[in-house]
Amino acid sequence: MRSAQIETGETPALAEVRRVMVICNACRYCEGFCPVFPVMESWREPTAADFDYLSNLCHNCTACYHACQYAPPHEFSLNLPEALAEVRAESYEKYAWPAMFAKLFHKNGLIVSLVAAFGIASVLLLTALLQSPDVLFAEHKGPGAFYKVIDHRVILAVAGSLFLYSILALMVSFVRFWHAGGRGFLDLVTPRSLLTALRDVATLKHLGGGHGDGCNTKDETFSNQRRVYHQLTMWGVILCFAATSVAAAYHHGLGRIAPYPVFSLPVLFGTLGGIGLLVGPAGLIWIKLQTDPRPMLVRQFGMDYAFLVLLFFIGLTGFLLLALRATSAMGMLLALHLGLVLALFLVLPYSKFVHAVYRFAALTRFASDGHRRRTARSGRPAA
Amino acid sequence: MAVFPDKTGVLVIGGGNAALCAAISAREAGAEVVLLEHAHRAMRGGNSRHTRNLRAAHAAPTATLTGTYTEEEYWQDLLRVTAGETDEQLARMMIRKSAELQDWLGPRGVHFQPALTGTLSLGRTNAFFLGGGKALLNALYDTAEKLGIRVFYNSEAQALDIADGVFRSATVVNRGFAYEVKADAVVVAAGGFQANVDWLKAVWGDAAQRFIIRGTPYNRGRLLKDLMKKGMKSVGDPAQCHAIAVDGRAPRFDGGIVTRLDCVCFGIVVNQDCQRFYDEGEDFWPQRYAIWGRLIARQPDQIAYAIVDSKLIHNFMPSVFPAIKAENIADLAGLVGLDRRALEQTVTEFNAAVSPGTYAIDALDDCSTRGIQPPKTHWALPLDKPPYYAYPLRTGITFTYLGLRVNERAEVLLENGAPTKNIFAAGEIMAGNILGKGYCAGTGMSIGSVFGRIAGEAAACVRRR
Repeated sequence: MRSAQIETGETPALAEVRRVMVICNACRYCEGFCPVFPVMESWREPTAADFDYLSNLCHNCTACYHACQYAPPHEFSLNLPEALAEVRAESYEKYAWPAMFAKLFHKNGLIVSLVAAFGIASVLLLTALLQSPDVLFAEHKGPGAFYKVIDHRVILAVAGSLFLYSILALMVSFVRFWHAGGRGFLDLVTPRSLLTALRDVATLKHLGGGHGDGCNTKDETFSNQRRVYHQLTMWGVILCFAATSVAAAYHHGLGRIAPYPVFSLPVLFGTLGGIGLLVGPAGLIWIKLQTDPRPMLVRQFGMDYAFLVLLFFIGLTGFLLLALRATSAMGMLLALHLGLVLALFLVLPYSKFVHAVYRFAALTRFASDGHRRRTARSGRPAA
Repeated sequence: MAVFPDKTGVLVIGGGNAALCAAISAREAGAEVVLLEHAHRAMRGGNSRHTRNLRAAHAAPTATLTGTYTEEEYWQDLLRVTAGETDEQLARMMIRKSAELQDWLGPRGVHFQPALTGTLSLGRTNAFFLGGGKALLNALYDTAEKLGIRVFYNSEAQALDIADGVFRSATVVNRGFAYEVKADAVVVAAGGFQANVDWLKAVWGDAAQRFIIRGTPYNRGRLLKDLMKKGMKSVGDPAQCHAIAVDGRAPRFDGGIVTRLDCVCFGIVVNQDCQRFYDEGEDFWPQRYAIWGRLIARQPDQIAYAIVDSKLIHNFMPSVFPAIKAENIADLAGLVGLDRRALEQTVTEFNAAVSPGTYAIDALDDCSTRGIQPPKTHWALPLDKPPYYAYPLRTGITFTYLGLRVNERAEVLLENGAPTKNIFAAGEIMAGNILGKGYCAGTGMSIGSVFGRIAGEAAACVRRR
């Protein structure tokens, strides 16, 4: 069985997905769970890039593993979620830009942790070195309070350039991933497919298990917890980004200088987003700790944990900064918060965040390929 | 692990769909319930693991079933496949109650797929479990445990203590230790005996040694034999089983749905002596797959080889196991271990006998052979376009027909026809009452659920008496 259909030059992970796919396509019991199955059924001669697409279409809800009559200890030993997670991990490296940074996905948990530590340490150190203690540990009030501790131009230059670099790297990765599928951009993206993909993201439909009761985590039972915490995390990131964008507009457009009052848009977005960043990642970590490891790619957990912890601490330091901004602790907290945010910007294209990029690309392709219509069934009787 | 109990209200023996429906029904009716599953947890659920749907009567379209499927139509379908080997009263009751199953299983966690469409047209008659039989089992086990049913895996009930038609206790081996479990009533839902090779050999001789068992290795018929020995009435032909052609490379047990091969009617099938032995094109494959298991069982060493050429290879679903491929018939014979000359001769004779017609895979076409025995009456095309492909075929046993006679209350009957007081049966172990012969997709699960529910409710009432 295992020797079947291994193409030269393909990774063992890809060969394993090909092996599993042959059995899945003969069984088809899982076809109602998610798009992965109708897509596999519709394929005739899939390329390696097709599997990159497939692996990022999988939400790792693990429903197919728990429902599989051929899962271990059966001798067929099918574990599609784990096999796709392997290919997905490879796809993160494959489409990383520039390619020399692909290796950052190895031991990604360690790397993200080190970058976070480096970010905090360097901002703290630089602030302490460049700023006299009586400014750093003084109480600052009124517009421009933050910038008395760290110069606004420095923040703008460092954070801005890191952020722009990361966005560029992510965009290049997105385009490379998209074109690897052998399709042009315009013939695939239609307003309708984008809307469908956005709806699937907004509702996280495919963590619903095909029935809406959610995915498997610790055992065969279903729960929507992961779906909820994932959305809290996602909206947390989006709202915090919105808060920063609005603040930038206030600063440069309206000349209103931070800190902003509690009932202002940047603080409102930041507060809501911050709640998402605290509750979402904490919930996801809590679920991950008790999840059934068998259908998971456990060696990639480091990447997930590091990213979630980073987001959590950004949320935490953000709240502390908001709460204590009128006190003498503000200087240190600002340095801490900024260090973490800079670390996030730096690792963005080489962290779990790329999942958002490739998943969205995969959902858009799925929507535009129109696999939703049921594949015509073959003439085999159902026992 | 809970302490193994020495007594309970309702003892359910078996861990598949019928057993779970019985256990849940008994528990919901107020009984204390212990369920004994022979398999370990990962392989729980008997043959229900490999199922996908149940056949349900319905008067109007539902979310998961199209059109209507009346009691009468369902009954006619059953009558046709069983050729009358059925009990009309029991069958009609089962059919009527099959209409309730989705509404009963749904709240107990079982999800169904939206109505399927396609060439099989089972979307009208059969409700498909989302994720298949194992997903159904997961849901029912979860429901059972939440209701407080005590489930014990690795627990084989080996014998029942019965006096004057009254069950008193069961001898159970749990993880190698023997226990005696008393109960007010017992539901026997332990499946057939198709995984018991010795028993199959008693019927089929040494041929059974080479059968592939498509389902669970745990269905050994131990209790069936015990109960028949203790004066329970049996039903169904002990020599019959549902036997189909499967890929000869399938695992010995539990290969399930994916080992089936759909290539027979497109090419030719030869035995080990390179001889054809049956009309491969007699009818559409879905109408014929269930006779090929028995045909192969009668061949030397119980093996056959389906052979097609490259113009036919895409006419059927690709197999899970790769086809054996060669550029000419002689090399193909060499690869699969057949006599090169003999296979060449058979193919040459077959090709010469093919008379031209209009080939159509979706119709009983007029491509047939002349002047050879056995003939191929449809879809006969010469095998002449290399490369050539071969698939080994073996007999795959789905289930056995022999079972316990029951009445409408799922009570097991004694030899004299009188019902036992507190012994009930559900599922494959009594399916022969309704399916004495043949098969009709999804009927086994309907019988299991309907009789499971009846048995569970009735068993719970025994306790109250």
